[in-house]
Amino acid sequence: MGRKLLTEHINVEGIDTFDVYRKHGGYRSVEKALKTMTPDEVVEEVKKSGLRGRGGAGFPTGMKWSFLAKPEGVPRYLVCNADESEPGTFKDRQLMSKLPHLLIEGMITGSYALGARTSYIYIRGELLYVLRILEKAIAEAYAAGFLGENILGSGYSLDLHVHPGAGAYICGEETALLESLEGKRGNPRNKPPFPAVQGLYARPTVVNNVETIAAVVPIVNEGGDEYAKLGVGKSTGTKLISACGHLNKPGIYEIELGVPVEEFIYSDEYCGGIWKGRDLKAVVAGGSSVPILPKELILKTAAGENRLMTYESLSDGGFITGTMLGSGGFIAMDETTCIVKNTWNFSRFYHHESCGQCSPCREGTGWLEKVLHRLEHGHGSMHDIDLIVSVAKQIEGNTICPLGEAAAWPVAAAVRHFRHEFEWHVTHPQEATMPGAAYRNAPVLA
Amino acid sequence: MEPTTAPPKPQFSPAAQAEIKRLLTHYPADRSKSALLPVLHIAQAEFGGWVSPEVQDLVAETLGLKPIEVYEVASFYTQYNLKPVGKHVLEICRTGPCMLRGSDELTAHLERITGAKVGGTSPDGTFTLKEVECLAACGFAPIVQVREKYYEQLDTPEAVDVMLNELKSLVHRPILPWEETGLPNSLKNY
Repeated sequence: MGRKLLTEHINVEGIDTFDVYRKHGGYRSVEKALKTMTPDEVVEEVKKSGLRGRGGAGFPTGMKWSFLAKPEGVPRYLVCNADESEPGTFKDRQLMSKLPHLLIEGMITGSYALGARTSYIYIRGELLYVLRILEKAIAEAYAAGFLGENILGSGYSLDLHVHPGAGAYICGEETALLESLEGKRGNPRNKPPFPAVQGLYARPTVVNNVETIAAVVPIVNEGGDEYAKLGVGKSTGTKLISACGHLNKPGIYEIELGVPVEEFIYSDEYCGGIWKGRDLKAVVAGGSSVPILPKELILKTAAGENRLMTYESLSDGGFITGTMLGSGGFIAMDETTCIVKNTWNFSRFYHHESCGQCSPCREGTGWLEKVLHRLEHGHGSMHDIDLIVSVAKQIEGNTICPLGEAAAWPVAAAVRHFRHEFEWHVTHPQEATMPGAAYRNAPVLA
Repeated sequence: MEPTTAPPKPQFSPAAQAEIKRLLTHYPADRSKSALLPVLHIAQAEFGGWVSPEVQDLVAETLGLKPIEVYEVASFYTQYNLKPVGKHVLEICRTGPCMLRGSDELTAHLERITGAKVGGTSPDGTFTLKEVECLAACGFAPIVQVREKYYEQLDTPEAVDVMLNELKSLVHRPILPWEETGLPNSLKNY
């Protein structure tokens, strides 16, 4: 088993309290950064670590931080994106509930590096109970002198607040999140200007995922170079994978990037194989927005190499035969799963969650849901299969934010890899609409 | 024609007022609009689980906003109920990972035993059923959220009974001071 940088102490009794967390080495990164490092030196360590955004996009965090504009006399902000809503992803909820101080520690160290004097954690409104846990932990951190005025006598001051959303997937998009934090509808903003220049209240702002900010703690403690020794190539460090669907042991696993997908699914150390002794049919490896892959292509690349849990290996083959690591929301589907139904379900999700700002997404997601609904329910035609591919193509790239792509990719990939199953729904409408029906023996094409 | 009297104007309780005052310290003085989402959560908890137009007006007045600024936000976010609801709102996750582990069956089962249809309330006013999108607990599917609490792995009638019995025995009380919901089982045994 690889090293655990974030979750090593997650099962220690009382680790959600300041005292126990501190006893297990907590808040060392704050002491180290504030007492012995300049803000730029902290940014430099994060750059060296090769850390990439853990929310899904995988953008290098150090680079994102270095883009932050720093005009004299203008406040700037660090905002934590805890709007975890990507279907299949539930790592941040676990991390914040069990280790609230880890996120707070990362927020303090990160805010110091960026020169933020007020920072926010934007948490999805469904997780109000986690908001209470965080607020309690923040109060403890204030009482211990790690938040507030003149932290540890360093002259650096920081206020940290938690802000709830209220049920909107779109607020996971960073500019929609900022709108929401300003008390508005979650409509993504046109870019540029990017948040690094005009973010919260039109001030320079960095928005990072919970896991990204938590990873700053071991990076500062051990040094960026040490962190970069873990993992493979440009996929450095560890990643939390939320495993769900038809697995024997669904749950959160902190893996060192580079674990083979096959080992992750079948070994008892991780997911323990597919439930009920069934065969694996398909996997959505990085949250519902990434392309679905059939068993053959998730275990091995088209070239026949073992697929690894890394950014590069999962995207090997592009969107023709590959997918993405995304948020690490790993959804496994057994042989009885109906791909058409699953694709319809995801399309309904994106239609429901489209903010309605851009016509291609507002109308397109509705069409995808509608046509997939009739295919699933035995009223579709062969033309409908091409129709959804065409609608998906027309959404992609034509919207302000990536929700358009997120809605289009799963549909395109499902038809690409499981076209036979869609055709079977057209040619066998009665069988296809029987409860629990799924086209089991579809020859899987690359 | 019978004379109609306007319903009494809603007012926040002292506990809610204190909480709103605390929230407002989180944002710059000229950005009190930022408190809109959390204040709407408080309003919904205070006034029977939904935000009527009158309650939304109260929120606007409290934060110094135009009513439309509150209406457009309350109608955008799915957690705010714009119609009256039953005593307990059961929010059933229907998204892919939950569907794979039986959320369709769970919804049908809940409709059967509560007598409520999705989007509606049971005849006795106890349960409102609402289908929602991903609740970020996919590894413990299928899931129902009731107010701040997650009920997980509801894949047997027995598990559903445990949830419903717990809810039936709950005494309705205001949400402030914040209720301690306790952790879902999945978090106790990581």
